[in-house]
Amino acid sequence: MKFKGTDTYVATEDLMIAVNAAMTLERPLLIKGEPGTGKTVLAQEVANALGKQFIEWNIKSTTKAQQGLYEYDAVSRLRDSQLGDDKVHDISNYIRPGKMWEAFTADESPILLIDEIDKADIEFPNDLLQELDRMEFFVYETQQTIKAKHRPLVIITSNNEKELPDAFLRRCFFHYISFPDQETMEKIVDVHHPDAKQELVRDALKIFFDVRETPGLKKKPSTSELLDWLKLLMSEELPEDVLRSKDPSKLIPPLHGALLKNEQDVHLFERLAFLSRREQR
Amino acid sequence: MFTKFFFTLKDASIPVTLREYLTLIEALKAGCAEYSVDDFYYLSRATLVKDEKNLDKFDQVFGHCFNGIEFISDAAEVEIPEEWLKKLAELTLTDEEKAQVEAMGGWEKLMETLQERLKEQEKRHQGGNKWIGTAGKSPFGAYGYNPEGVRIGQKESRNRKAVKVWDKREYKNLDDSVELGTRNIKVAMKRLRQFAREGAAEELDLDDTIRSTARNAGFLDLKMRPERHNTVKVLILFDIGGSMDDHIKACEELFSAARSEFKHLEFYYFHNCVYEKLWKENSRRHTSFMPTWDVLHTYPADYKLIIVGDATMSPYEIAYAGGSVEHWNEEAGQVWMERMLNIYHKAVWLNPVPEKYWDYTPSVQMMKQLMTDRMYPLTIGGLENAMKELSR
Repeated sequence: MKFKGTDTYVATEDLMIAVNAAMTLERPLLIKGEPGTGKTVLAQEVANALGKQFIEWNIKSTTKAQQGLYEYDAVSRLRDSQLGDDKVHDISNYIRPGKMWEAFTADESPILLIDEIDKADIEFPNDLLQELDRMEFFVYETQQTIKAKHRPLVIITSNNEKELPDAFLRRCFFHYISFPDQETMEKIVDVHHPDAKQELVRDALKIFFDVRETPGLKKKPSTSELLDWLKLLMSEELPEDVLRSKDPSKLIPPLHGALLKNEQDVHLFERLAFLSRREQR
Repeated sequence: MFTKFFFTLKDASIPVTLREYLTLIEALKAGCAEYSVDDFYYLSRATLVKDEKNLDKFDQVFGHCFNGIEFISDAAEVEIPEEWLKKLAELTLTDEEKAQVEAMGGWEKLMETLQERLKEQEKRHQGGNKWIGTAGKSPFGAYGYNPEGVRIGQKESRNRKAVKVWDKREYKNLDDSVELGTRNIKVAMKRLRQFAREGAAEELDLDDTIRSTARNAGFLDLKMRPERHNTVKVLILFDIGGSMDDHIKACEELFSAARSEFKHLEFYYFHNCVYEKLWKENSRRHTSFMPTWDVLHTYPADYKLIIVGDATMSPYEIAYAGGSVEHWNEEAGQVWMERMLNIYHKAVWLNPVPEKYWDYTPSVQMMKQLMTDRMYPLTIGGLENAMKELSR
């Protein structure tokens, strides 16, 4: 079974190869890329396309590797012991399985997404090395070994906030989702808004790439922002030629709020509009 | 199988290891690349490169190895078909031939055959510059006949596409040896953050918990305490004025944005070399300054010292009293530098001038010596090394 993108997700060829290689060799796949290029969505879509169970583990700055395996709730056991509850004699009552446990014991090989691994502590990836490699871990409290019935496909995303350790990287396949070119972008738009008018899409894309190329923008608009903007444009039913007007006084694209997310960028854009108006005079 | 490729990658300082190489072989065995060149390119990229800053280097090495292999192993073969092709091109040019072709079943037919032949060629010389990059277009184009038609199927050709992918070098701006751009500054800042923030927010204070629980007649009394945080204190000195003006904005942005990540971040300006005065506001440098001695006394030795400057000046400005271009300095810059370094053991010098020019400027050499080689270029890679040095 090979991943070839889905009805709602356009996968480039290099991405497909990376996913399929990770799947064939049962190694984790590390995905990096600009925000909004569909890193997190990828795992969901792979699961959808292959009809597999999807397990998501969102990492925060306080997440510990152990939480993905299991947690031993010693506090409630202690409390139960003081209250004289019978449950207290069986320690396994207080073992709470984590996401990796869940993935390992699934009946069919699932897709496990470890989202934004770079958010966690710097030692986090190192703590998961053995578990990801051998796909098994040992529960000390109950002296049992949890071994994956079927090795799950592990997809890991990172926003580059922290460097990942070399030993961890060596075990992964790596893919960098680069920003889509115009052609791919048209495909992506087509997948999300099949009913959009061709001209509207083309004009919008042109403006979008122009905006992205404006020097000095604090935050360049990303794919997901483009899709939002298009949705707005379509629901507003603007007159056909509004995107095409060369009138510099209208240099700011309509509904720009969806594309430009901070006021410095909007100001920068307005200033550019002003400059070009002055030049015209 | 691809040992040479592997070692060339290693020589290009891409961190590849045996394990990754074995993974690649394993993946090839499992049929992940299906023997097509661009599949192989994508697969080897996914296996061997683990950081986007190395993608550009990888593309270059791939292109290089790829062509190299073609030229060595198929050297003999390359010559003949080129002749053959040239001939063919000439053939297509002459009017008699054209007429003949028309007679033989039409232009289309010939082009079809030609296309098939060419595809064969391309398969044998996948990615070789000769065929696809240069000759792929040129033999016919150069002879001036129907350049469109003669590029024959290359648009669809997988090879051509793959060559294009790595020849485009679209990951160029992710390479860490290029100078800092807006994007790169962002990445570099993340490096600083990593060095500034470690550990999660809270942990259980076991000793205190046991003590309080015991005191509580056995009833549980949990005690938490904040985890120890890395309290990095940084003192930054910026060279300002003259040749540094181009760079200073980038540097300031870099460090002021990193400000929130440090417990203490102090910065001062100097001109060319550190002397007895430092100042905080460049416009009022002559009226409101801080004697360097006071700075040295104010900030204790656990501050990390970062000096940002191009160290480009006359050697006298470092070595002699009175060498400064701005004022009469009682003591040489060298003396002041040594004083600072004696207090701040963790110190680095960041130099926005590209490293390859350092050897040509004596003052850079001198400064580097004073810093005992702890001078780093202001690139992502340089910053990384500098931070490593500081956090050692």
